[in-house]
Amino acid sequence: MGAGSAGSRSLDPETAEWLASLRGVRRDEAIGQLHDVLLRVARSEIRRRNTGGQITGPEVDDLAHQAAADAVLLITNRIDEFRGESRFTTWAYKFVVFEVSTKLGRHFWNRNRAPRAAVDWDLLPDRLGTRPADAAELQDLIAAVRAAAETCLTQRQREVFTAIVVEGVPLDALVSSMGTTRTAIYKVMFDARQKLRKELVHGGYIEAVETP
Amino acid sequence: MTKWPELERFLQTDPKDVGCDEAMAVLHVYADMMAVGEDPELVYPGVSAHLRACGPCVEDLHGLLEAIRATSEGD
Repeated sequence: MGAGSAGSRSLDPETAEWLASLRGVRRDEAIGQLHDVLLRVARSEIRRRNTGGQITGPEVDDLAHQAAADAVLLITNRIDEFRGESRFTTWAYKFVVFEVSTKLGRHFWNRNRAPRAAVDWDLLPDRLGTRPADAAELQDLIAAVRAAAETCLTQRQREVFTAIVVEGVPLDALVSSMGTTRTAIYKVMFDARQKLRKELVHGGYIEAVETP
Repeated sequence: MTKWPELERFLQTDPKDVGCDEAMAVLHVYADMMAVGEDPELVYPGVSAHLRACGPCVEDLHGLLEAIRATSEGD
């Protein structure tokens, strides 16, 4: 199923001005203004995501500058793909937000390259946020998930599932470590979730419910 | 009765889910609609399904909405 479409809208004055500037004789000046706007968004976005203080000091500004510069390059190269379905600035923000996301993932991975210890499946309840009250039931369910992961998943699915769900590796960090894309990792996780669910339903651990 | 609802919800997949690439392709439109009080799920049900399951993409959406809000407030 496709994503759908909102259809094109008439351009708002600010969007029309950005497009004219970026395509006109004062292009360099407009690119400078765009960089300033995106740098402000990048700094704000890093602060918003950096709640654990993973990045500090000059690294914050370095990463913001890199994200803004890379986003400007992408935007100027792809400006003809802008179809006027949103404000130009929102379209432009998307590039810098994604650059921040990607660079933070890479940063996480670079700081956490230590070889993995054995998977500690007892961390699973903490990752999911809640746990059954009964300790025996909990151990039974953890064992069932582990067994299903070991018997039903491919090696890659198991690697991705345990990294994200059990070890708490951010998805974008895994993207960086595996040299792949967010959509590829998400697809691996999607398939793994389906397989595990089917197996746990078969074992009577969770109920079979129609998908929405 | 399910003993671990959070696990069950996590493993639940939605066939409408369009995946990251298609969601990212329209995320700016989706965010603009939200910012003006429209309901993007009516136009993009598959993107909404994806955003209910994909933490990184929903985080990008939150970043976009924050940037829109800051711009509108002249921050």
